[in-house]
Amino acid sequence: MIELRNVSAAYNGRPVLHDLALRVEMGSWVGLIGPNGAGKTTLLRAVAGLLPHAGEILLSDRPLPSLSRRSVARLVAYVPQRPLIPEAMTVTDYVLAGRTPYISYLGAEGREDLRVVGEVLERLDLTDLAERPLGSLSGGELQRAVLGRALAQRAPVLLLDEPTSALDVGHQQQALELVDALRREGALTVLSATHDLTLAGLFADRLVLLDGGRAAAEGTASAVLTEQAIARHYGASVRVLEEDGRILVVPTRTAVKGTRR
Amino acid sequence: MEAAAPARTAIRPTRLRPGMLLAGLGALAGAVALGVLIGPVGLSPAAVLRELADRLPVLDVTSGLSEQQQAILWQIRVPRVVLGGLVGGALAMAGAAYQGVFRNPLADPYLLGAAAGAGLGATLVLAYVPGVDGWPIDPLPAAAFLGALAGVAAAYTLGRSAARSRTTTTLILAGVAIASFLTSIQGFIQQRESDTLRQVYNWILGTLGTVGWREVALILPYVAVSSLVLVLHRRLLDVLALGDEEAESLGVRAARVRLVVVVAASLATAAAVAVSGLIGFVGIIVPHAVRLLYGGSYRRVLPLSIVFGAAFLVLADLAARTVLAPTEIPIGVVTAFFGAPFFLLVLRRTRRVA
Repeated sequence: MIELRNVSAAYNGRPVLHDLALRVEMGSWVGLIGPNGAGKTTLLRAVAGLLPHAGEILLSDRPLPSLSRRSVARLVAYVPQRPLIPEAMTVTDYVLAGRTPYISYLGAEGREDLRVVGEVLERLDLTDLAERPLGSLSGGELQRAVLGRALAQRAPVLLLDEPTSALDVGHQQQALELVDALRREGALTVLSATHDLTLAGLFADRLVLLDGGRAAAEGTASAVLTEQAIARHYGASVRVLEEDGRILVVPTRTAVKGTRR
Repeated sequence: MEAAAPARTAIRPTRLRPGMLLAGLGALAGAVALGVLIGPVGLSPAAVLRELADRLPVLDVTSGLSEQQQAILWQIRVPRVVLGGLVGGALAMAGAAYQGVFRNPLADPYLLGAAAGAGLGATLVLAYVPGVDGWPIDPLPAAAFLGALAGVAAAYTLGRSAARSRTTTTLILAGVAIASFLTSIQGFIQQRESDTLRQVYNWILGTLGTVGWREVALILPYVAVSSLVLVLHRRLLDVLALGDEEAESLGVRAARVRLVVVVAASLATAAAVAVSGLIGFVGIIVPHAVRLLYGGSYRRVLPLSIVFGAAFLVLADLAARTVLAPTEIPIGVVTAFFGAPFFLLVLRRTRRVA
């Protein structure tokens, strides 16, 4: 579905990704993890066609540069880390913006677009909020609206950049469960970047640990999330616990004697 | 997901509703009626109405107006009202468009340096191009157009390079700086060519007093084309509101849309400024009043700004020529008198939201 071969990319003139290879199978969920500046966002932006890249990025076996911007928008939906929220815009209008790749340049939406918007609103439990301005929504509601905008694109690939960083733990779970349910229903392929290692391990089929723009480790949560790897790449002191086959990453403090801040 | 039940409630995207357009056209019709009926030379309203009816294709009524009175009506009042409408519509529309592409609610042709650029262009022509009459193309609107475009381009480039994050403040400051810079050059030229001082000064204050059908014919094509372009881009302006990167990921070339919209809005601004001088605040007051009444979607703001802007400027011009009659107040004075307090109000609102 998504394939990267020897991909390098720069951000603001600074090389960020180096000769990266990655394969995301159709219907799977790959989680990108890694310290700040490792290249997670740059990778997502490159796959969304928002950054020039060297090497090859294939979407459904077609090279990304050969696709028009509109075709890319029909294949890939991208949810940035901090989307700009036009506060006065209604939820309906915002989700409808996701239909842009299907609406002619100077034209207006058609019946099919409205049908898709209706379905998405219903699926994300946004129907009652449809006419509300975005500025009046709570954090969790807003996150659903942003997801709704991406789903309205009806793109087979969903790119999520820190989708839950602004949410409390309950809403984080709800949002990720929702993405997972949608993935299972619609054979959605998900590539997400996240800082929460435990959540990444819970939801993604496979994790890719990026460091310095290279894939440092790749595989299942139990293979990638080891105390040594996290210490080496994050400089963090953690304990990794395994419970019912699930990996829990718990921050610890190295012995602090006497001095307490 | 394909088998989802049909949505129970109707999906209602924000669209321009006929009632809104009718309200705008009603306001415009009212303003035009007042503008045509009221003036320093007392023409009886009944006679004016009969005269207007006489011009309709089927009707044949005798108005009872003398030939001189007819000339006042058709050569002075009516073109002035029509031009006021065109200029007001163009400025309000350009303001709304700038606000949309710069995602800055306080952007207006003045703040981004377009009007100052047009002013400099016009001053250069008034000072250094003698005998405009024989020219195949009037150089005044041409110079104003190029000046306006240069002003916006400079302000935008400066605003983007000055700070990595595109904040409202940097953009406004860049516009203020560019406007001051261009105005200073204009002041320098005015001092050197002091025989044009009066002409330039009159032009800057803004007036519809010396106009006729020639000016209407001059700006109509510019205003018509840019109105068409901007109204066609109204939905894309809503998409741009999501941010450049989001728009790109939705398949829209944000930079290209911005360029087209800026060019069209500058064209309209320059055309308006070229025939009427610098009339401030219309570009802010009108779009914001429309937003308060009908919401922020450009599908409504853009078309409604045109009709309400036209109505507003026709009324402002009526005030400009009747309040101290027979003396005329420059129309820029009238719009700023109402515009400045409104601007502060908008500023307070925006700060609270941001």
